[in-house]
Amino acid sequence: MVSSEPLVRVTDLSFAYDRRPVLSGINMAIPRGSVVAIMGGSGCGKTTTLRLIGGQLRPTSGQVRVAGQAVHDLDQDGLYALRRRMGMLFQFGALFTDMSVFDNVAFQIREHTDLPEEAIADLVLMKLNAVGLRGARHLMPSELSGGMARRVALARAIALDPMLMMYDEPFAGLDPISLGVVGQLIRRLNDALGASSIIVTHDIQESLQIVDYIYFLSEGRVVAEGTPAQIRASTDPWVHQFVWAEPDGPVPFHYPADTYRDVMLGPAHA
Amino acid sequence: MPRRILTGVRALGRRVDDAIWRLGFAARFLLMILLYSGTALRRFGLTVRQIYFSGVLSLIIILVSGLFVGMVLGLQGYDTLQRYGSEESLGVLVALSLVRELGPVVAGLLFASRAGSAITAEIGLMKATEQLSAMEMMAVNPLARVVAPRFWAGVISMPLLAAMFSAMGVFGGYLVGVMLIGVDEGSFWSQMQSSVDVREDILNGVIKSFVFGVAISLIAVFEGYDAEPTAEGVSGATTRTVVISSLAILGLDFILTAFMFRGT
Amino acid sequence: MNRTILDLWVGFFVVAGIGALLFLAMKVGNLSSANLNDAYALHAQFDNIGGLKVRAPVKSAGVVIGRVSAIRFDERTYVAVVTMQIDGRYTFPRDTIAAILTSGLLGEQYIGFSVGGDPDMLAAGDVLKKTQSAVVLENLIGQFLFSKAAEGDSSAPAPQEKKP
Repeated sequence: MVSSEPLVRVTDLSFAYDRRPVLSGINMAIPRGSVVAIMGGSGCGKTTTLRLIGGQLRPTSGQVRVAGQAVHDLDQDGLYALRRRMGMLFQFGALFTDMSVFDNVAFQIREHTDLPEEAIADLVLMKLNAVGLRGARHLMPSELSGGMARRVALARAIALDPMLMMYDEPFAGLDPISLGVVGQLIRRLNDALGASSIIVTHDIQESLQIVDYIYFLSEGRVVAEGTPAQIRASTDPWVHQFVWAEPDGPVPFHYPADTYRDVMLGPAHA
Repeated sequence: MPRRILTGVRALGRRVDDAIWRLGFAARFLLMILLYSGTALRRFGLTVRQIYFSGVLSLIIILVSGLFVGMVLGLQGYDTLQRYGSEESLGVLVALSLVRELGPVVAGLLFASRAGSAITAEIGLMKATEQLSAMEMMAVNPLARVVAPRFWAGVISMPLLAAMFSAMGVFGGYLVGVMLIGVDEGSFWSQMQSSVDVREDILNGVIKSFVFGVAISLIAVFEGYDAEPTAEGVSGATTRTVVISSLAILGLDFILTAFMFRGT
Repeated sequence: MNRTILDLWVGFFVVAGIGALLFLAMKVGNLSSANLNDAYALHAQFDNIGGLKVRAPVKSAGVVIGRVSAIRFDERTYVAVVTMQIDGRYTFPRDTIAAILTSGLLGEQYIGFSVGGDPDMLAAGDVLKKTQSAVVLENLIGQFLFSKAAEGDSSAPAPQEKKP
């Protein structure tokens, strides 16, 4: 029975850091079973949004509801209970460097369940198999390449079959093959788990291929949104510049300064 | 000219203000560690592992330093005592110096430099690579899982290391005094035993090393947890751990000595 | 790092640490004399305790048989009252003299018991009747000079004036 209520609903969310506004009046809805991308230039508040959904930050105003619960109203036990149903993939994996690949993936299972070691081993092998790294289970994180580390972190994040997966720049710094692999894994795991996924990224091409909906953020506001088809066909100048990677447009090339002519022909040259 | 003085005073005031603010923060941090210590004690294996990294790996430097300090005490002590014809009191001099002061203080300074800085660097690096965030998002409290075991490992290791330092020092003093220089072995030990009191001297030394252990461990985990998640941030935090721990040891040593050895 | 090797090292570490503590307590300090079996209290009054301190030893025939546990000033009789904890294994006759002696020439001071022949023994809480106060160096010098002056008086002409 698929509920029509979105898994994550963000209403009028604002967040300021030390009086500097980062997000102003964000509205989003993540339907169940869908993969949604949040895109935008650097520093526009994408990662902050993820942290607010995960409860690592408290909103200055507005609401974040996950599975019907307001995240910021939860006490620590409630928050931890909610987080057990979420999985997060950090930008460079954030694997525990003092443990092997196997122990990393087994971490959540060992901490939150009382399963015997044989059952844990089976589960870990299943998750590693899903990301194609069953053979690497005895390696240490320092022995992994960037792409492999990312995939192990993904296996670790899905260890308890979460209902919500969050990805912070999953494609950053990957070679084309690894990029394609990670993209496919995100989509397939989402559908296999029956979960919902939020991807924060600026990789437009890969995202257009795998996501169901895209939100564009700029300077803390949602400036555009739509399905991949809508985005491709959009005539909005901001979307156009982003999708076609144009150097100049609504996001200017030049950092604000005096006009070039004035500087070059100014008093110094008089 | 006056403006520069004013700016200087203002900067100084801000630094003192920062320092006091951090002190309060550290005190609150200690309370939180104590609150979340359940895991560290229930799953003692975590703490045992940290005792290995903090305590066992510091053994060599502690034992060797203790030996050398004791030997120097033997040499210097003999040189001074023989001027007053009191060479037989060498044992007393070596033992009391070590047990009351040098054992806890020097072992503390060495522990802060070796183990304290390692703990700060490790926690700081875990913060910088988002491992602590990842743990939080997996509903595991990093204070309980990462910080508390390291804190308790330091608190447990320090008194043991200080005792081993003092013991090695006495042995070093014995080597130099009795074996090398020729002070009478019997007087060396008997005078020592009649002058070193278990409650007054040895127990106080143990209390000192325990207090130092708490201070060093708290500073080390706090600086690591509070570090800026960059390379410069972690390196700065590691340096701060060593410097602030050393100052704390010397300051606490004065306070404790004033309380314990009043009127002796 | 293998888990069991790690545990082994930590165990060794803890044992070594406790061993060091025991070594310090027993070979370096005087653990055995820290506890007196079934100690009982005795009191003594002195005109001058000199440099006697709490925890100073109480010796008889040179052997430590107790410790000074408290020193207080009696404002009615203007004397010092010293309380001692004496090892329960030993009893002393009622005419025992308690004297404040110095170990060595300038060492720390202790109480020495000199026993008499009284058949009755001191009980817990008793006060020793006979005491000998500490020797104060200034008084000793004054005594010496005075006796020298008296000597000079009877045998030779006027004594030398003492220069301040």
